[in-house]
Amino acid sequence: METLLALLIGVYLTAAVYLMISKHTIRLILGVALLSNGVNLLIFTAGRLTADVPPIIAYGSVVPAGPVANPLPQALVLTAIVIGFSFFAFLLVLTYRAYRDLGTDDSDHMKLAEPDGVRPPQGY
Amino acid sequence: MAAGKGEITVDVTQAWVMTPVQPMDWLIVAPIVLCLGAGGILLMFRKDVRQHVRITLGGLALVVVANGALLHRVVTDGPLVMTMGRWLPPFGITFNADILGVSFALVASIVALLGALYAISDVDDIERRYGFYPFLMMMMAGVMGSFLTGDIFNLYVWFEVLLISSFGLIVLGSTHRQLDGALRYAFLNLIATTIFLITTGYLYGVFGTLNMADIARKAAEHREAGPLLTIAALYFFAFGMKAAAFPVNAWLPASYHTPKVVVSAIFAGLLTKVGVYALLRVGFTLFPPERDVFAPAFAIAGALTMVLGALGALAQNDIRRMLAFLVVSGIGLMLAGIAMSGPLGIGGAVFYALHSMVAMTAVFLLAGLMQRRNGAAHLSDAGGLYASSPLLAALALVLIFAVAGLPPFSGLWPKVMLVKAGLDIGAWWLVATILLSAFLTTLALARLFLLAFWRPAPAGFAGQASPDSRSALAGVVGLTVPLVVFGVYPEPVVQLSVSAAEWLLNPQPYVNAVFPAAQP
Repeated sequence: METLLALLIGVYLTAAVYLMISKHTIRLILGVALLSNGVNLLIFTAGRLTADVPPIIAYGSVVPAGPVANPLPQALVLTAIVIGFSFFAFLLVLTYRAYRDLGTDDSDHMKLAEPDGVRPPQGY
Repeated sequence: MAAGKGEITVDVTQAWVMTPVQPMDWLIVAPIVLCLGAGGILLMFRKDVRQHVRITLGGLALVVVANGALLHRVVTDGPLVMTMGRWLPPFGITFNADILGVSFALVASIVALLGALYAISDVDDIERRYGFYPFLMMMMAGVMGSFLTGDIFNLYVWFEVLLISSFGLIVLGSTHRQLDGALRYAFLNLIATTIFLITTGYLYGVFGTLNMADIARKAAEHREAGPLLTIAALYFFAFGMKAAAFPVNAWLPASYHTPKVVVSAIFAGLLTKVGVYALLRVGFTLFPPERDVFAPAFAIAGALTMVLGALGALAQNDIRRMLAFLVVSGIGLMLAGIAMSGPLGIGGAVFYALHSMVAMTAVFLLAGLMQRRNGAAHLSDAGGLYASSPLLAALALVLIFAVAGLPPFSGLWPKVMLVKAGLDIGAWWLVATILLSAFLTTLALARLFLLAFWRPAPAGFAGQASPDSRSALAGVVGLTVPLVVFGVYPEPVVQLSVSAAEWLLNPQPYVNAVFPAAQP
């Protein structure tokens, strides 16, 4: 199961990197979304996959009866999902706004902050 | 609850801290709570923008006081530790204040306070309504949390807190240039923090713990089997990207000149230093042997960062973009200090980071003052400031000397420490590079003074000047004072930096502060 998930994470990250080397911001966004989902799976897998019962202690005992699933990676993934989602939402709005205002989604054509060929004064 | 029913008695001493928390121990969370609290209050007063300045300045002043008291406490009594929810570490999220973290937090809060003073006249009512002050306080909460946390996943969360708030600040105004700059800033920073998260996932897979002291304690036993070198390399890459080290520095000069002056000033002062802090923490507390392996890489990256940053600064026309390249150049010095290690090398890096927080913010704000005078944001348009404002010229001269590392200002001493550390270990080429970058930085800043102050105003440029503002000037003067004072009398900061370095080199007290019972 771990091997299978590791391969899946590999596919996710490869696709994410491939999308993120594009010049088009819409592909960048999709790449970021894939990347954050791949990372979530990675944390989940790194916390070991167990098909055990939920970590709930039965009434009347002080420790779980048998092996239980590790709740910590799930908490980490939950945090990462929330953060990843909010960043994705922000980037989506930012990219759309940039597309509307700058009229392009090609990052080579939106070099307003770093214009080519501008030189400082050459003499005094 | 179970005990109350009288059926089951649970021995909670294995999981909980049973002694009540000393009132003064709450100091460790005070900077974060104050920032978050002020941010929340600001959101409640969202439409009443007149109150924003008062709440922010008051909140930040309290943060400075709390950090000052915390630093005093840490210097006299050793590291201060608190684990959230009364859990015994490593179960809960631990906050761990040592000299390194608290001195960074103190200087960062002072810089933010003086930046907020400048912002009074720089940020208008519309931008306040868009949330400048709440974003600022939330970003400061992220910065404070990063410096004080003792848990690596919690560090990631604070990174994201400061990052999402900084996104809000960098697009404030939404001009076309800002959108372009913000896109580059947002994507590249997000990729860096995602690499940080990936690495933390691997780290958890190897160690099964996220508490930094616990990791430091257990690293020795995992060193044989676990891929610690890979994890350390990924961390160094991610934090190097956050710190804008060459070759992953392109996002910084692409974006830092586009937002409002006060935003770019506070970013230039604080955000890259959070990356440097994380490099120091991970490199020396968690993975010292791995840092030793990568020391040549740090040295080469540092040398290239400082020289290419300074060369980039020489080629710029936009004044703030030129200064952004100088921020990058300064990061190279800190990397060189990390590469050299030893009390003097790390101490030099820490001192330079503290100096750079103040100096870079001050010089960005100075660029703002210059632009207010004659409306010129580019070197080709600037000129005539010496005649129009001798006071501004004097201030500029002090800040230029301080940033370039010339005596008698505080930029000199960390460079002296780094040069001494380099000569001690025989790293001649690194010392030569430090001196070369100092020369190039001086050249770039001297050009700024020459063109913007001594040269008469160029004909044909009619920029729009803004009225002078006393609060803005007070912010810049307030930042200049420590640069002068600690340039003339550097001893306290030198001692502070060297003891921060010694604590980093010997993480045992840091570990013992978290796990007092588990001493071997």
